[in-house]
Amino acid sequence: MNTLTERQKLAYIAGQAAEARINVELETEGMTLNIGPQHPATHGTLRVVAKLDGEQVVSANPVMGYMHRGYEKLTEVRTYPQVTTLVNRIDWLGSFANEVPFILAAEQLMEVEAPPRAQWIRTILFELSRIANVALFLGDMGVQLGAITPVFYAFRDREYVLNLIESATGGRFHPNFDRIGGIKDDLPKGWIEETRGVMVKVRRFCDELEELILGNPIFAARTRGVGVIPGETALHYGLSGANLRASGVDWDLRRDGASPLAWNQVDWKVWTHPDGDSFARYWVRLQETREASYIVEKLLDGLPSGPIMAKVPRIIKVPQGEAWVSTENPLGEMGYYVVSKGDLGPFRVKIRSASFNNISIVPWVLKGVYVPDIITILASLYFILGDIDR
Amino acid sequence: MVGTPEVDHARQHLIDVLRAELGAGLIDTYLKPGLDVWARVSPDAWCRAAEVCRDKLHMRYFCFLSAVDWLPSPFGKSEDGVSRTGDEVRALTAANLAEGLDHGYCGGDTRFQLIARLHSVTTHLGIHLKMDVSDSDLTAPSWIRAFAGANWHEREVHEMFGIVFTGHPNMANLYLPGDFVGHPLRKDFPLLAREVKPWPGLVDVEPMPGEPAGEEDGEVSGEEA
Repeated sequence: MNTLTERQKLAYIAGQAAEARINVELETEGMTLNIGPQHPATHGTLRVVAKLDGEQVVSANPVMGYMHRGYEKLTEVRTYPQVTTLVNRIDWLGSFANEVPFILAAEQLMEVEAPPRAQWIRTILFELSRIANVALFLGDMGVQLGAITPVFYAFRDREYVLNLIESATGGRFHPNFDRIGGIKDDLPKGWIEETRGVMVKVRRFCDELEELILGNPIFAARTRGVGVIPGETALHYGLSGANLRASGVDWDLRRDGASPLAWNQVDWKVWTHPDGDSFARYWVRLQETREASYIVEKLLDGLPSGPIMAKVPRIIKVPQGEAWVSTENPLGEMGYYVVSKGDLGPFRVKIRSASFNNISIVPWVLKGVYVPDIITILASLYFILGDIDR
Repeated sequence: MVGTPEVDHARQHLIDVLRAELGAGLIDTYLKPGLDVWARVSPDAWCRAAEVCRDKLHMRYFCFLSAVDWLPSPFGKSEDGVSRTGDEVRALTAANLAEGLDHGYCGGDTRFQLIARLHSVTTHLGIHLKMDVSDSDLTAPSWIRAFAGANWHEREVHEMFGIVFTGHPNMANLYLPGDFVGHPLRKDFPLLAREVKPWPGLVDVEPMPGEPAGEEDGEVSGEEA
């Protein structure tokens, strides 16, 4: 038996105190870690300034504006048809989906409605944009965790979808295909059959990724319970799209919004996940991609015939008024608040882009996480820089 | 819109609740049946309006907050290629302000107006709230306590329009460099690219095949006075 003498006890206490004092004295402002603006994990030029205490994040602040292009100012010197060319470049992976809400807002003010065939083709192209956009996320999320393979599958299968968009609209990335009162052209010959074939490939891609990624124990360990966002917090920050549905909020503008597009004409399912973590966000997007392929097939089955343009004046003047139209874009709710004074161009356009709100939660969600999780959480929130900076 | 009801009870209910809660703080409302609803509130009632929408009307989803500068642009759409000097712009601005501004729905008394949208994910109804920003001090109360997501939107409005939000913890620039001078989304802020080189594509009307091109141009320039 070895009992401590009084002296030993005092020495121990003194040692503890000295160690504590050293810890206090060494307590500096912490380390500042600068992620970006040029960093492989930032998808563009998002810069995150993270203050660290050891491995833990004390505060993280995104610094934006490296790609701000001032679209809201530019719309004021454009005519209405010219604005679609600009807004194509906001979320550049799902370009067609950016045009639709603006055109719908102008149509609402003009009290013009596109014929059914145009609405259905718009919806089909919208969903194809969603697949092209989210497929990249599904592959890229693997890269953020050190798995290189999935991104090759993603680029391979995304190419089929981009080819479809190109053969219908003429543009792989920036279709500029939507017009006030309808769409530019009808679908080319043989396109419908080709699309059906590609949708089968898209589903096979989703199955592959489900096996490759969702079943992977490393992926689960790195994403389960990481970056949890409760539904109520998500709502207050204005998160939308899959980020919100992964927090258990069952809200999808395709189903719940009063859109003239054809989503309400076919049966499909809104996917939600109760967990709110990085894993849930990935899971919801994977299901949505597969669901989008079913939506496209069902829309192709019921595609009505008829004209693709309503009668609109050659020179488009939008009557005085204000309109707000938003749609469920690949990244979340994208909307335009259009103020018209009856001119050839809008008086003011407020662009409400999904990523801006989705990323505004970053300071909140990154507080207290560990450094490697910064990357997975940022990746799982899924943003496009052009959609933040506009 | 097909089947738009003449009376929109659901949206009228929003207005009724706001009126009951805010009283004189609710200045004006505008309802487009089946589409949307607008409400203009006084600056004192701005934060209260957000709380009423959040707690009484189930609008827990913060959509956006922005501003509108109702001044007609002294530069037009830069279509004439004439660049104006600072004095000319100031004179035009003063003349426009003296003439009285043409506000949108729910009217207005000031040059700048805030506009924000809240939405309900359960009732699927949304509302646009507007607020006049006093011309003399350009301040507005911050919504941060009601909606944390207003933080970045208010910073953006601050740098783009020069409106200061009281109660906001960090009014630093969001997009612009820290030492940037001016507020780009104000109408009297010139779009320098257009000053240097006039926009060649203002009128993008191509003549239809088999039609003479001349008459189209005449019509446009006539209306674009």
